[in-house]
Amino acid sequence: MTENTTSQVYLQDVTLRDGMHPIKHQYSKEQISTIAKTLDKAKVDAIEIAHGDGLTGGSFNYGFGSHSDWEWLEGIAGELSHAVLTTLLIPGIGTIEDLKHAQALGVKSVRIATHSTEADISAQHIESARTLGMDVSGFLMMAHMNSPSELAKQAKLMESYGAHCVYVTDSAGALLMHEVRERILAFKDILKPETQIGIHCHHNLSLGVANTIAAMEEGAYRLDASLAGMGAGAGNCPLEVLVAYLNKYKVAHNADLFALMDIADDIIRPLQTRPVQVDRETLSLGYAGVYSSFLLHSEKAALQYGLDTRTILNELGKRNMVGGQEDMIVDVALDLLKTRN
Amino acid sequence: MNKTKVAIIGPGNIGTDLMIKLMRNAQHLEMCAMVGIDPQSEGLNRASQFGFYTVDNGLQGLVSHACWQDIKIIFDATSAKAHYGHWDIIKDFPDKRIIDLTPAAIGPYLVPTVNFDESHNVRNVNMVTCGGQATIPMVAAVNQVAKVHYGEIVASISSKSAGPGTRANIDEFTQTTARAIESIGGAEKGKAIIILNPADPPVVMRDTIFTLSDEADRSAIIASVQSMVEDVQSYVPGYSLHQEVQFESIPEAQAVYIEGLGKRYGLKTTILLKVEGAGHYLPPYAGNLDIMTSAALATAEKFVQNLN
Repeated sequence: MTENTTSQVYLQDVTLRDGMHPIKHQYSKEQISTIAKTLDKAKVDAIEIAHGDGLTGGSFNYGFGSHSDWEWLEGIAGELSHAVLTTLLIPGIGTIEDLKHAQALGVKSVRIATHSTEADISAQHIESARTLGMDVSGFLMMAHMNSPSELAKQAKLMESYGAHCVYVTDSAGALLMHEVRERILAFKDILKPETQIGIHCHHNLSLGVANTIAAMEEGAYRLDASLAGMGAGAGNCPLEVLVAYLNKYKVAHNADLFALMDIADDIIRPLQTRPVQVDRETLSLGYAGVYSSFLLHSEKAALQYGLDTRTILNELGKRNMVGGQEDMIVDVALDLLKTRN
Repeated sequence: MNKTKVAIIGPGNIGTDLMIKLMRNAQHLEMCAMVGIDPQSEGLNRASQFGFYTVDNGLQGLVSHACWQDIKIIFDATSAKAHYGHWDIIKDFPDKRIIDLTPAAIGPYLVPTVNFDESHNVRNVNMVTCGGQATIPMVAAVNQVAKVHYGEIVASISSKSAGPGTRANIDEFTQTTARAIESIGGAEKGKAIIILNPADPPVVMRDTIFTLSDEADRSAIIASVQSMVEDVQSYVPGYSLHQEVQFESIPEAQAVYIEGLGKRYGLKTTILLKVEGAGHYLPPYAGNLDIMTSAALATAEKFVQNLN
């Protein structure tokens, strides 16, 4: 990939992918275009655009988007001069056909996401991305559900399929700082030196920035963040805060802090109909180790069936539900109703 | 009356489970031969211990075996690639038919409770996917009452029950299942999602079906779903409704945007199933394996009953 030789980190914005969750995947095409262009001007290295659950995530299970991924992506590549247009694909939801479609629309980089123990279902997708000439990362979700050494073995598999980079993805925002460090170090132990390491955090325990920095200190190069933390649960690592930290820490990067602060407050925060913050419900996600995207679906089920969101989230955690099992939220709610009656 | 003799190609998890089902449950069928390509394979040894003919040099080996002329139905539990070769051989024997459990799908998809009558004269039928066998009856059940615009299914299976074939070709699952939701389930547009859950102890297979249909009498949908569940239970006893059928009206003002269809509204129906296996070869959590082999067995039984 094109890298600024002086930059010590690669900042990937996820406002237009993970940030789909808090607004139920309802960005207008205009908003996507405005935000992408502004991020590009502020010299963010990569911009990810897709339904929150990746390409063709639009569904009853995850929520239908206001547009298809293709409509969101169309025309964006031509408007970017610095940032790499990226997308995300979860095998089992999206397919190689979808990846080709995205690539034809100018997407240059993709993250192939699997649960932290299931890397082997990504082989075909990672290989296909390479064949298409794309930059490709493996994205090991719910990283807290696998030990550092086992997670690193999964990362090694993704590297063997051709991934240029593998991420520790803390989808539940459940990892403590030392647990992030252990996972990055385990990656460094067994991955080739040329394979990059990435970090993707959620802010459920208020550790979005802290965990990202901890990962960077141990060798993570690609850092995920989003404007005003726009993302599932309590959000992601807030990009403008991360950049402020990097400035004070004297870590070289390309981004413009004030420009990012402006977009975060002027454009993104007003969109957050459900505040993206650490509160009773989102803290419960991190505490119970539950996939952050379950938040709004659990709040809806709680309202519909007269239950407490926290109780639903805790039960989902107890049952070891993994990312993508949103259908089990209603199932858990109905089971809880039965026990209550 | 003599039972119809059958052979299985592929002595892996599916082939072995099917063999055990044939031994325990078959009414009109008789397990005769197991075909593999590895003389050392555990599945072939097991078949041999049970007293069946075993062939370790593929379908060609079976064709030159003394039992070949008696065999009328062949189950193919190998891979899509291998199936093309098998059909090339079998199509020249007009007295034989093949039930394809691979994703090759040269022949039409068949879900016994839904479209047996349309496909029972075809000599090569395909069993779709495990998720398809579990969920398409439900899409069809709703479609019998109200036109289904969109059918979406989520299959979650235990990681332990997903073999290397499934893992290497996960797109085959989503694409094949989605197509069959349309062509047999009757939905205008289909979508399939598969999730592997590594929890230990392993989770039992769960399937959730969402449909968006025209508004309809909800009690009629419930009755149709229940009746279809009973039909499937006749060959998969562990197939059950885990919750009452859930409904939600989607008014025109809140129409959802479905890729390929545009804005649609109507009645959303949610059906939450649990599929527990019989525990014949893999433990009961592997309902995904069980429903595939049970559907193949039920299809073969029906073939024979139709001939008689």
